[in-house]
Amino acid sequence: MNKHDTEPELIDLYQKPEKIHPRSFQGRYRNLRLIGGTLLFTLFFATCWINIDGRQAVLFDLPSRQFHIFGTTFWPQDLVLLCWLLIICAFGLFTLTAFAGRIWCGYACPQSVFSWVFIWVERITEGERHQRMRLDRQPMSRAKLLRKTTKHLLWLGIAFLTALTFVGYFIPVRQLVTDIVTLNVTPWGIFWLGFFTLATYGNAGYLREQVCIYMCPYARFQSVMFDNDTLVVAYDDRRGEPRGKRRKDSDHPAEGLGDCIDCSICVQVCPTGIDIRNGLQYQCIGCAACIDACDTVMNKMGYAPGLVRYTTASELQQQKTRWLRPRLLGYCAALLVMIVVLIISLNQRAALELEVLRDRNVLFRVIDNDQVENVFVLKIVNKDHQPHYLQIQLTAPDGMTIASKTSIVVESGSVAQEVVRVTAPFDKDIPISQPVRFSLISSQLPPASAESRFVMPSGNSSYE
Amino acid sequence: MSTFWHWWIVLLTIACLALVTWILFATRHAQRKDITEETTGHDHDGIEEYDNPLPHWWFLLFVITLVFTAGYLILYPGMGYWAGVFGWTSTGELERTQLKHERRYAPEFARYGATPVEELLSNPRALKMGQRIYLNNCAVCHGTDAGGSFGFPSLLDDNWLYGGTPEAIKTTLLYGRRGAMPAWEAILGEQGVRQVASYTRELSGIDSGASPTDLAAGKTIFQNNCTVCHGADGKGNLTLGAPNLTNNIWLYGSTQARVEYTIRRGRNGVMPPWKDILGEDKVHLVTAYVYSLTHKEPQPEG
Repeated sequence: MNKHDTEPELIDLYQKPEKIHPRSFQGRYRNLRLIGGTLLFTLFFATCWINIDGRQAVLFDLPSRQFHIFGTTFWPQDLVLLCWLLIICAFGLFTLTAFAGRIWCGYACPQSVFSWVFIWVERITEGERHQRMRLDRQPMSRAKLLRKTTKHLLWLGIAFLTALTFVGYFIPVRQLVTDIVTLNVTPWGIFWLGFFTLATYGNAGYLREQVCIYMCPYARFQSVMFDNDTLVVAYDDRRGEPRGKRRKDSDHPAEGLGDCIDCSICVQVCPTGIDIRNGLQYQCIGCAACIDACDTVMNKMGYAPGLVRYTTASELQQQKTRWLRPRLLGYCAALLVMIVVLIISLNQRAALELEVLRDRNVLFRVIDNDQVENVFVLKIVNKDHQPHYLQIQLTAPDGMTIASKTSIVVESGSVAQEVVRVTAPFDKDIPISQPVRFSLISSQLPPASAESRFVMPSGNSSYE
Repeated sequence: MSTFWHWWIVLLTIACLALVTWILFATRHAQRKDITEETTGHDHDGIEEYDNPLPHWWFLLFVITLVFTAGYLILYPGMGYWAGVFGWTSTGELERTQLKHERRYAPEFARYGATPVEELLSNPRALKMGQRIYLNNCAVCHGTDAGGSFGFPSLLDDNWLYGGTPEAIKTTLLYGRRGAMPAWEAILGEQGVRQVASYTRELSGIDSGASPTDLAAGKTIFQNNCTVCHGADGKGNLTLGAPNLTNNIWLYGSTQARVEYTIRRGRNGVMPPWKDILGEDKVHLVTAYVYSLTHKEPQPEG
């Protein structure tokens, strides 16, 4: 502040953001987004309706802490797999960003995809950009009220469908729909439906680019993955400048003008309201709306397309773009390693798990002065979709045997608890604590085993 | 909480809130009129920070947190002694939750409580509930497998101190038991203790290695002193909880040293009463579980 000679005029630090009314446009990147968006929406809205063997194919059952994904059930013990998956997502995003900038943001991020849908609703109810801006300036009238009401109802409808689908991955969706029709939804169901309806409505209807600019951490830190060879949406100022208005049939190079006709359509279509001609900005979500819009204009003017295009900083500086560079190869390698690790962990994931708890209440028990007994509790998890008949085996020093029953049937998707007694001859010459290993043998599943310890009274104790 | 700490907390909380509110409003006007290329002057390795205004909703979020804080401090305890309008306490929360669960499960417990133990034996769900209660309350002494440990009887054999009928087990659980073996050292003397210990071991078929003279002396001592509780044949007395001495089941060990110790110093086993801790219905379920350990329903081989 002290750089200024005069006291600067102060305003409110917190400004109301101006509503952005993106202009509609046509073009190949828009078509790409439409195809991709359709696929993603189909994936999101349809998957929860698939049933396999009478159960929802993808269901995250939080109360019973089981994730059902296409016939496989994941338990809390499989959390490490989720970690690998998230790490893969992160590295996938890093790789993509280093290669092609923020195309995730522009094409696939739910925040922008839903915003595009809501903007489309705005267009069909309130009209094109200039009509919407005019409507906002007008005083409230019957026609304006009708248009605004329709828009909000449609927004809420889409938001509700989104919430219903999302909650449908946690509460079985068919049951949920029946419950809604019969007004039978649980209080928590109502809360989450309301929450996600309002969250979608607020995010895609009002917050839109505010989320990308002020809230999204990914938006802010991905610039560290950029380098001069990353694909970005950029304006070729070498070709465009000096910009200026001209007649269509004029010979603009002769007039000293570049290819940019300064129509500002690239600004009008931008969903974050920036001017791409100012260079790369952190608000740019890489959606290529300005590319599509500018190409349309260039086409009309009879100029070559690509005044605004996907390009790299190197190329703009008339250097060669190095596609294969250590940064990108590094990200690819890390991604590959993570995928391999996930596949290995998935393959090694056991349907049978065993935990052994030795009895802490009674450390040991002496029977008839010549036998020592230890008690263990076996916790057996059967993650498989069918019950299993299991043999309990003991790997231990000579003489130790299981004195209780040695087989158990564990129902599918349940945790069984079996109390096992192990006896050994009382021998004061052997160590007071020895490792023992329990194994579960079944005819169909790979065995599971776990170690514990067998405790014996010391030879010095008064058990003689 | 002393008065000092009460005021310490109250003043500190209010001072912090006031400070935060003041900062929020005092820094509201700090911006040049137009959005310019002007930076804040902060320079981090060549990266400079633009001096742009923040969104208005951001400011509203700050205000909402302040309003929430004020509301919270009125409704809930946070200001020293102030208990809050809702009178919330963590113990109250625990009691509410417990009450909620009790209400939810009480009908089921009551239903099982009214079912005879013999009928519960064929109800796996009831037995599982009984087992859970057993594991949480009884296993600490009697063992996870109910096999007992030193001084705590096994519940797996069909040998009972106070009777193994469902009624007797339930009475034991509800009202507890006190086993009282008196100390005989002063009465019998060291030699008498040794002789009667040898005789008692022989009752269970253990070769004590004692001389026939000693065993005869032990028998005499036994008949004069021990039969009152343990019976003339040494088979014990369920009314008193005097154990059967002929079956080679030993609560406190069967070695000569252990048996001598038991006679010399006496033993005092205590089974606590569970009526007020668990309530009759849960005790009934535990009774069914304990009874089931020695009265298993025939199970089909899997």
